[in-house]
Amino acid sequence: MNTDHLNTIDAHFRTTLGSFELDAELSLPLRGVTALFGPSGSGKTTLLRLIAGLDRAPGSLIVNGEVWQDDRRFIPTHRRALGYVFQEASLFPHLSVRGNLEYGWKRVPAAERRIGFNDVVEWLGLETLLMHRPQQLSGGQRQRVAIGRALLASPRLLLMDEPLSALDSASRADILPYLEQLHRQLELPIIYVSHALDEVARLADTLLLIEAGKIVYQGPLVDGLTRLDLPLAHRDTASTVIDTAVVSHDPAFQLTHVARQGIAFELPGLHGTPGEPLRVRVAARDVSLTLSPPNQTSILNLLPARILEIADDAPGQVLVRLALEDCVLLSRITRKSAHALSLQPGMAVVAQVKSVAVA
Amino acid sequence: MNLSSADVSAITLTLQLAAVTTLLLMLIATPLAWWLTHTQTRWRATVTALVSLPLVLPPTVLGFYLLVLLGPRGMIGQWMQALGMDTLPFTFGGLVVGSVIFSLPFAVQPITNAFAAIGARPLEVAATLRASLWDRFWSVAVPLARPGFITAAVLAFAHTVGEFGVVLMLGGNIPGETRVLSVAIYDHVEAIEYGQAHLLSAGLVVFSFVVLLMLGRHSGQWQRTTT
Repeated sequence: MNTDHLNTIDAHFRTTLGSFELDAELSLPLRGVTALFGPSGSGKTTLLRLIAGLDRAPGSLIVNGEVWQDDRRFIPTHRRALGYVFQEASLFPHLSVRGNLEYGWKRVPAAERRIGFNDVVEWLGLETLLMHRPQQLSGGQRQRVAIGRALLASPRLLLMDEPLSALDSASRADILPYLEQLHRQLELPIIYVSHALDEVARLADTLLLIEAGKIVYQGPLVDGLTRLDLPLAHRDTASTVIDTAVVSHDPAFQLTHVARQGIAFELPGLHGTPGEPLRVRVAARDVSLTLSPPNQTSILNLLPARILEIADDAPGQVLVRLALEDCVLLSRITRKSAHALSLQPGMAVVAQVKSVAVA
Repeated sequence: MNLSSADVSAITLTLQLAAVTTLLLMLIATPLAWWLTHTQTRWRATVTALVSLPLVLPPTVLGFYLLVLLGPRGMIGQWMQALGMDTLPFTFGGLVVGSVIFSLPFAVQPITNAFAAIGARPLEVAATLRASLWDRFWSVAVPLARPGFITAAVLAFAHTVGEFGVVLMLGGNIPGETRVLSVAIYDHVEAIEYGQAHLLSAGLVVFSFVVLLMLGRHSGQWQRTTT
């Protein structure tokens, strides 16, 4: 046991597969959801499979102080306390739903089990499906069974490889809430591979950006989304996320008030219950800037902010990164406006947030 | 017309030979098929070709070389004698060795195909669920390859029942010891006992047809339940 690496995952892999070169070095906290995000072909799945030990490449891997791989050792997959959810549910066709769920559960000694069989079945709503064959299930049901099967193997680290990408949007909406609850209810770190930014914005705490086999960013989600030297802030859909809590509802106007230390937002629609955490997302194109609060405006959310940095964006546009208490906002405005307002880093401005959405 | 006691003994011997051969073939073909499915060595093609040889060689060639190898002057024959064993030609044991080699491709190919059809994924899933290689083999590969095992066993059995050349070269024609059905039919024809020959031959035709029919039905059923 190496105490330097407790509660972290430290990995370095270097390999060449055909013309693809992977050289990934990462060091992450073992908590919450880490999104492994990048374009297709960037090496996300390759890296996840190397962490699982399903593929082999020279390198080192230490998970929570346990050496899973180094120059001399390679712990085979079945002796790594991990769970793996594949893109396709990949249920065993010769076993019933119950047989699938019990497969890993039976192979963990009773004393080491961290989760009860019935708890998982109940949580995922699988009670009525236990006797079914996988072939009889819908895509969403199958993926729920696959998640339950992985959880019942009592993993200390859950690896998910685009678990939603093979599903239609209805099944996706069916599974997402489970994934959100997953890391809140269980003390289970998750590495979640995705190429869908909205999933990442909704689920992740930590972001791992990979491009052409190289890690280009690893750190908190918000920084990864908003740092102007990184690619995500320059996307059309650039946005930031803010973890708030529901304060109250305004049934007359169908608004939800959310807040977090010093910041308050109103967003359309009635969401959650008071006190419940709610992650909201603000797109850069929905934030405009003024130097003083306007008297009359249709915009509900006016927030005093301070400019952190300004960078060129698409032709004629600039991106402004703003500090809002301990949160970050992005604003995409024309270069002309930035010039007219003489925006400079450090300046105090008022951010007019036209639209806030649930992440 | 009734079966003579010699014919009954030929039938019994044939069934015994087919049963022992099938059993041994399953034990040999399964690990061989697993290896052929999962190996990445360049020997794979060579081994596949060797295993498939009995498909194309005249049985007499196979029988001839086995006779030479296993006979008192053959390498294996001399080695067996040195260990105080009797040589195999013209014994039931000799027939078993010949049949196993002769029917090897009929057992190896269906099992190899079945293992290959499983793909890597179910075995990977099992590995992430704490199953060791041995455990994965028994709990995932064998159940999923079941249709391949059934096909292999049926084909090996039926093919052994129908073999002639290897038996004749290696086993001769010793009643109750090596005189199997196909040889008995040959004898009847030689002795112009066409009635007896018909009885045994028609029996074999019906047997083989029923086996193939059941095999076809079985694989059809399996396909329907998996798709």
